[in-house]
Amino acid sequence: MKAILQKSPILPVLTVLLVLVAVWYAGAVWLNAPVLQDQYEREETTWDAPRLVEDAWSMERPVLPAPHQIFADSWKSIFKQRISSKRSLVYHGWVTLSSTLAGFAIGSVLGVLLAVGIIHIPTLNKSVMPWIIASQTIPILAIAPMIIVVLGAIGLTGVLPKASISAYLCFFPVTIGMVKGLRSPDRTHRDLMKTYNASTSQIFWKLRWPASTPFLFASFKVSIAISLVGAIVGELPAGARAGLGARLLTGSYYGQTIQIWSALLVASLLSGALIALVGMLERLILRRSGGAVG
Amino acid sequence: MASQEAGTVVSARGLDLTFQTNDGPVHALSNIDLDIHEGEFISFIGPSGCGKTTFMRVVADLEHPTNGQLTVNGVTPEQARLDRSYGYVFQAPALFPWRTIAGNLRLPLEIMGISKAEQRERVTESMALVNLSGFENKFPWQLSGGMQQRASIARALTFNPKLLLMDEPFGALDEIVRDQLNEHFLNLWKKTRKTVLFVTHSIPEAAYLSSKIVVMSPRPGRIIDVIDSQLPTDRTLDIRDTPEFMELSHKIREGLRAGHSYD
Repeated sequence: MKAILQKSPILPVLTVLLVLVAVWYAGAVWLNAPVLQDQYEREETTWDAPRLVEDAWSMERPVLPAPHQIFADSWKSIFKQRISSKRSLVYHGWVTLSSTLAGFAIGSVLGVLLAVGIIHIPTLNKSVMPWIIASQTIPILAIAPMIIVVLGAIGLTGVLPKASISAYLCFFPVTIGMVKGLRSPDRTHRDLMKTYNASTSQIFWKLRWPASTPFLFASFKVSIAISLVGAIVGELPAGARAGLGARLLTGSYYGQTIQIWSALLVASLLSGALIALVGMLERLILRRSGGAVG
Repeated sequence: MASQEAGTVVSARGLDLTFQTNDGPVHALSNIDLDIHEGEFISFIGPSGCGKTTFMRVVADLEHPTNGQLTVNGVTPEQARLDRSYGYVFQAPALFPWRTIAGNLRLPLEIMGISKAEQRERVTESMALVNLSGFENKFPWQLSGGMQQRASIARALTFNPKLLLMDEPFGALDEIVRDQLNEHFLNLWKKTRKTVLFVTHSIPEAAYLSSKIVVMSPRPGRIIDVIDSQLPTDRTLDIRDTPEFMELSHKIREGLRAGHSYD
């Protein structure tokens, strides 16, 4: 038992979690105290430290909500609401997830196609590659709300504008990873294909593509996470009525800090689940292809 | 070449190759004249940089000569490559890690558009030739270095080329495994009667395997001597203790010395 505990990562992870939670509770008292003290003074109530702590952890609109408040609110919003309800985080999570996945799909396909073009056409390598890198110097997250508004003005609403922000963020790591992956076969393997008089498409499908699989998944892990960020940012403009981003925004309008934190919790759970899913898919495919790669 | 005699597989006349590198030109091959006949086992021996690998790569159309003439099966090396007339075995096994051993052996057959049924037949046949039957569904990393190299030889045999180009195929293996593979490969050669071009660093390997030994020397890469082996075709590893074998090894060593290869 002792040996198992020492080997498994559970104990250290739990320790860190415990410390974080303790710091959080202390922080909740520290940040909420001034508000409460003001309130006590106005209402001329007498108070002592235990009461202050108790109140700090159960405010309706705290500056920093305590972890148990966030969990209670998340639980309520996920499991105690009808899925179709505007108060359900499952509903909002699904809205965000659908545009995350749509953006991820568009971005990945675009990214792979660009990489294939870049490794096969030298002119494309010279002309497009600098633009691809330059594209990421635009602070897309900052101007994303404007893009949504502009697209909305020309009649494009719903999933597509949000997905386009995700796709814009997504394609970059996929292109960079795939260019490297498709170029990863060493000289001997390429020479071998040449001695067989293999065609360009045979070299691509039988050598370059399988060799690039580990690179593809590494890129996917990065891009699925930023795809979610893109979707949330795309939901921030006032027009959006659904999605985790909209939830964050309305929360901050009405000072519903607990609601903001619940939405953040769901967003990070979603992100973690998506990365884990990509990881599972990766293990599945790599095991089928020998498991020696990656 | 009309004047070429029948049975000549590789014919080089005044072959020259200079690589342009950042450190200036490197004269890799200088004035190579050589005829290789059908069914011969030719070893190329010499120190690093003597151009033996370069010569093989020129035959395989992986490098292009600067000057001179070279024909493979009476046509240009490029045409010979397009005709898929040779199998190339590299120093590294160069198996695809994402394919099983059988999958690796199928690779050339898939590329050449051979039917599924015949693919299976030829893979089974080649696996048996190199004593790897039963390992079809293993992945390369599950095999030892010697077995991987045998799989790589089997891969070159699947599409049954008449010419085998082997670039230090046993160079990365330890001596015990190397001896085993030498003996095994010699039997295979006797069975299949292929023409083999074999690059090596090792004098005993060259002497044991070859019917003809080409001794080369570096700077510039050139042929110093061509030695015909007088050893009987039926050889076992024990032959290495006979005076005839010693004499042949001595001749090769003399050739290497004449080319200042020991400098």
